[in-house]
Amino acid sequence: MAAITADRADGPDALAWVAPVAILIVAFTIVPLLGSNYLIEAIMLPFLALSLAGVGLNLLTGYAGQVSLGSAAFMAVGAFAAFNFNFRIDGLPLIVSVMLAGGVAAAVGIVFGLPSLRLKGFYLAVSTLAAQFFVQWALTKFGWFSNYNPSGVIDAPALSIAGIVFEGSVGRYYFALIIVTALTFFAWRVATSQTGRNFIAVRDNETAAKFIGVPVLKTKLLAFALSSFIIGVAGVLWAFAYLRTVEPAGFNLDRSFQILFIIIIGGLATIRGAFFGAALIVVFPVVLSRIGSFLLGDMFDSGVLDMSERIVLGALIIAFLILEPDGLAALGRRLWSRIRTKVGSPSEA
Amino acid sequence: MAESFDYLFFIEVLTGGLLSGVMYSLVAIGFVLIYKTSGVLNFAQGAMLLFAALTFVSLVERGVPFAVALGITFAVMVLMGITVERVVLRPLVNKPPITLFMATLGLSYVIEGAAQLLWGTQVHALDLGIEDIPFEFYGVFVSKFDLFASGVAAVMVAGLTLFFRYTRVGLSFRAVADDQFAALTVGLRLPRIWATVWAASGLVALVAGLLWGARSGVQFSLSLVVLKALPVLVLGGFDSIAGAIVGGLIIGASEKLAEVYVGEYFGGGIEGWFAYVLALAFLLVRPSGLFGQKLVERV
Repeated sequence: MAAITADRADGPDALAWVAPVAILIVAFTIVPLLGSNYLIEAIMLPFLALSLAGVGLNLLTGYAGQVSLGSAAFMAVGAFAAFNFNFRIDGLPLIVSVMLAGGVAAAVGIVFGLPSLRLKGFYLAVSTLAAQFFVQWALTKFGWFSNYNPSGVIDAPALSIAGIVFEGSVGRYYFALIIVTALTFFAWRVATSQTGRNFIAVRDNETAAKFIGVPVLKTKLLAFALSSFIIGVAGVLWAFAYLRTVEPAGFNLDRSFQILFIIIIGGLATIRGAFFGAALIVVFPVVLSRIGSFLLGDMFDSGVLDMSERIVLGALIIAFLILEPDGLAALGRRLWSRIRTKVGSPSEA
Repeated sequence: MAESFDYLFFIEVLTGGLLSGVMYSLVAIGFVLIYKTSGVLNFAQGAMLLFAALTFVSLVERGVPFAVALGITFAVMVLMGITVERVVLRPLVNKPPITLFMATLGLSYVIEGAAQLLWGTQVHALDLGIEDIPFEFYGVFVSKFDLFASGVAAVMVAGLTLFFRYTRVGLSFRAVADDQFAALTVGLRLPRIWATVWAASGLVALVAGLLWGARSGVQFSLSLVVLKALPVLVLGGFDSIAGAIVGGLIIGASEKLAEVYVGEYFGGGIEGWFAYVLALAFLLVRPSGLFGQKLVERV
């Protein structure tokens, strides 16, 4: 251990904390001060929720190597559980409801993770689809989950942590940002701990992992639980902070694919990759619609936009898998080290 | 169930289920072809189905004769197979299977988008000249259209089996499926074989797309039949055509029976997930499916 720490301190990563801290400072001060309402409502809030979902899925798929196509189901579980805790238990602080909702999502995650004890690869990926369809069906079918609301769409409660009420788009932004920051830090701790190394061992070679004493089955279920917890909380943010309503329709298979795409584009088995990927996924439709209407004018209606969005997104996935399998995170790292060698070489030499 | 059990009704539901299972098998066979020879689970099969059906129906609507439209669509599907091999598969040779799976996920987005950008998003009716009317057979009502679909499926499976067994190309397919390296050693050209296989599964997609399209209209939701085929594959094994048929029949029949006899206890609408739960329960007992090879580990 000592060798590793020493290595880190001397190595090129000695300043690794600078970037995250700088980003956090910008996120907590400059973005809410200077950002327009549109930027915060339509870009930052979905970005934060999707990033967190990506961080969660990355623990499971990137680190532990278990491909899941059911992420949106766990988001839905989180959102509906938080709504029901908040609605049915009087005086329960919202933050407790959110954490309990994460717990419920984790429990559901363990149940749907059970097949992973016997299945791998495609078979497992297909079996996670069961979670996707079952959860969506159950939430639409049983009125209890949405308090017998005829439309199935329910309003989200007001947001508050420890007595501080978060109102307006900036308030909701802070609420989401605080939770995302805390859980990302948690995920980073998990990924760099013995648990994270167990995940990687199971991903790379199960037999070898078993041989060196990693409890494979327990590790897999733990990966499902932790990942579903984080994805569940991301679902709460999606519904409470971004959409302000809770409904099953938004948590469909396309959303699950979207989260998988986020981590493929961003970079598997990295924490920051989820943020890169989510940023691209959220911003690129906006950019595409601007470019499209600039180039084609009225011909570029919403239908054409939808279809070209699908084409470009699909092509991006293929391009990343072929050209940069480690995603935007690897691109970023390469760029960063190039900047550092350019800027830092005179003093280091 | 206090009153006596209605056997005729049961048989009717069972037949209906089996016949709709054939429709699932039709889609599943396209997957099996590609999986057998290249180890890729092609999620884009549903998108290819949509693309084929949409191209065909749009050509027919523009006044192209039936047979010519069929020919053109087939040519387009062959072209698509070659392009996919060149652009997607070749650069990803030797990557883990799950990477290839994700690439086909991206591919399905591209094909779906392209199909609807080219031909529009409206629903097209497709008339194959077979009426979807039930006729009575010893007191049981059977859909004529479903029978026709089963006939087509039977012909296709027979054709594929003969092709695999007796032609030189079929032999090379089997060689590649058995051992890619050995196939390379004896001088088989993998890229060409993969392109052929993708073209063949494009043909399967065309047939399945026409039948599904005639059944439920040619529209975006056609692409989602892929989700119906996945549990069939899990049940039957990814690499067995016989498994795809039997799996389809089992899924189709049990899905209909469950919906009719058990569905009410769940409040109905269980068709969306029942097949998955069934396939999962089955997998826990037999991880390689009914007819699949025993090597689940390799994935």
